[in-house]
Amino acid sequence: MGAVIGVEGIHKRYGSTVAVEDVSFEVGRGEIFGIVGPNGAGKTTTVECLAGLRRPDRGVVRVLGLDPGSEGRKLRERLGIQLQQAALPEDLKVGEALDLYASFYKGAPDWRPLLAQWGLEEKWNTRFKNLSGGQKQRLFIALSLVNEPELVLLDEITTGLDPQARRLTWELVRGIRDGGTTVVLVTHSMQEAEELCDRVAIIDRGRVVALDSPEALIRGLPTEASVHLGGIDAEAAETLRPLTGVSRVESEGDEVVVYGGGPLLVRVVVELDRRGITPSDVGIGKPTLEDVFLEKTGKKIRD
Amino acid sequence: MRALHKMTWTESKLFLREPAAVFFTLAFPTLVLLLFSSIFGNGPVPGNPDLRMVDVMAPAYTGMVIATTALLGLPITIAGYRQQRILRRLRATPLHPSVILVSQLLVNLAMTILGIALLLLTAWLVYDLRLPAAPFSLAPAFVAASLSLFAVGFVLAGVLPSARTAQIVGQVVFFPMFFLSGAAGLQPEMFPDALRRVSELLPLTYVVRLVQELWISGTWNLTALLMLVGVLAVSVVVSSMTFRWE
Repeated sequence: MGAVIGVEGIHKRYGSTVAVEDVSFEVGRGEIFGIVGPNGAGKTTTVECLAGLRRPDRGVVRVLGLDPGSEGRKLRERLGIQLQQAALPEDLKVGEALDLYASFYKGAPDWRPLLAQWGLEEKWNTRFKNLSGGQKQRLFIALSLVNEPELVLLDEITTGLDPQARRLTWELVRGIRDGGTTVVLVTHSMQEAEELCDRVAIIDRGRVVALDSPEALIRGLPTEASVHLGGIDAEAAETLRPLTGVSRVESEGDEVVVYGGGPLLVRVVVELDRRGITPSDVGIGKPTLEDVFLEKTGKKIRD
Repeated sequence: MRALHKMTWTESKLFLREPAAVFFTLAFPTLVLLLFSSIFGNGPVPGNPDLRMVDVMAPAYTGMVIATTALLGLPITIAGYRQQRILRRLRATPLHPSVILVSQLLVNLAMTILGIALLLLTAWLVYDLRLPAAPFSLAPAFVAASLSLFAVGFVLAGVLPSARTAQIVGQVVFFPMFFLSGAAGLQPEMFPDALRRVSELLPLTYVVRLVQELWISGTWNLTALLMLVGVLAVSVVVSSMTFRWE
């Protein structure tokens, strides 16, 4: 896994506002790498530094073996970018947009297959202003792929999409990676990052606060898995305490929460069954990337 | 080259899909000619019986076509592109920024020439406009005049934050210039002194002078040409220093 991107200690300030305080990470070939954090954390500035659209005040950036600052146009020849809140002229048609953007790159392949791939076949003659939010977003991603890039930077691609369109977009992004393209995904959605990314850098206030695969970050949490039981009394709950893997049991109103590790759910349910206790409701609580953010920053992220 | 070709072709289509641009560049000047000629008639010009009204008016109205694209079309398009982050998206490609600017120049130049052609053709067919004294000098004169005013348009386009402010500022610059320069068919020679001095400061005044003199007597008004080249040079410098992409 050779590094496609290397970022070392970049800083960027606008006037008195520090956008990026100290960010370092590497991105390996063929992975979906997430840059995750709340709005204003410095994600977009970081991506703009990767694309050579901004120069960091300090620090080193290498992308595909090039320096984005001095070799920006050479780099962008091999790079695909979907910028946050980018747009096209309202009266430009889908096919015209792809044809136009393909002409910007040396030896760009035929763009027509992208229409089918991104579900825009029937919309090729439709003006940009008449597309739905999901179609616009898919067109932007298709535009970022017209040059068959080795690396694609996608900034907030599912903001404003309904859940179904989001799922579809995730599926398509996995398809980009499976086709051999490295993906850098910028998102403020922890759910999206957890779902989609092989590795993530969680950024807050211009600093990287966590960097690993979502699974490893979650595993590293002191928070444990939990089983939520409804409709059993406190006495019954007490019988669960000595079970292997159970660390503590808490009663919250008429709900009992059992914390622990291992195959917790199976053990709890089997024990209750053995004792002839039937809870009215069983649920499991799993720590998520949101909990990682909470743990690292002491605050909740708003989706 | 392929990118410039595609960009220019695409922008031409976008221009023609914008009803306001089509109307004001291609149709409006011809309508003004028809309207004013039907009101004021096409009699001989006072003090110069060799000429009829149309021979003075039609060349003057060409300045209106140029000023419309330069001050109303270009700035609104480009400020809108910046506001909607279209320029930002283009910057994320390997495209050289000059391609965007050159394609805008080419499209607006082509549409201006088309608007001028429609105007002059109508004047010739309907009012028997006399043929130009220096036909081959007119083309370079139109191009020079257009580039000069387009450069002014680029200065506005470079600093105005939105299509809406570009529209307002464009109109504030356009209308006084239109009426005081002679492009509306009024002759600055007949203005009171104060207004005449104002008209001497307007680039469009020199466009009208340049075209009218080439048309009627076939001579280059060198003062007018120099003024326009000066406006071009200053505007290019100012706009290259102030132009903002986002």
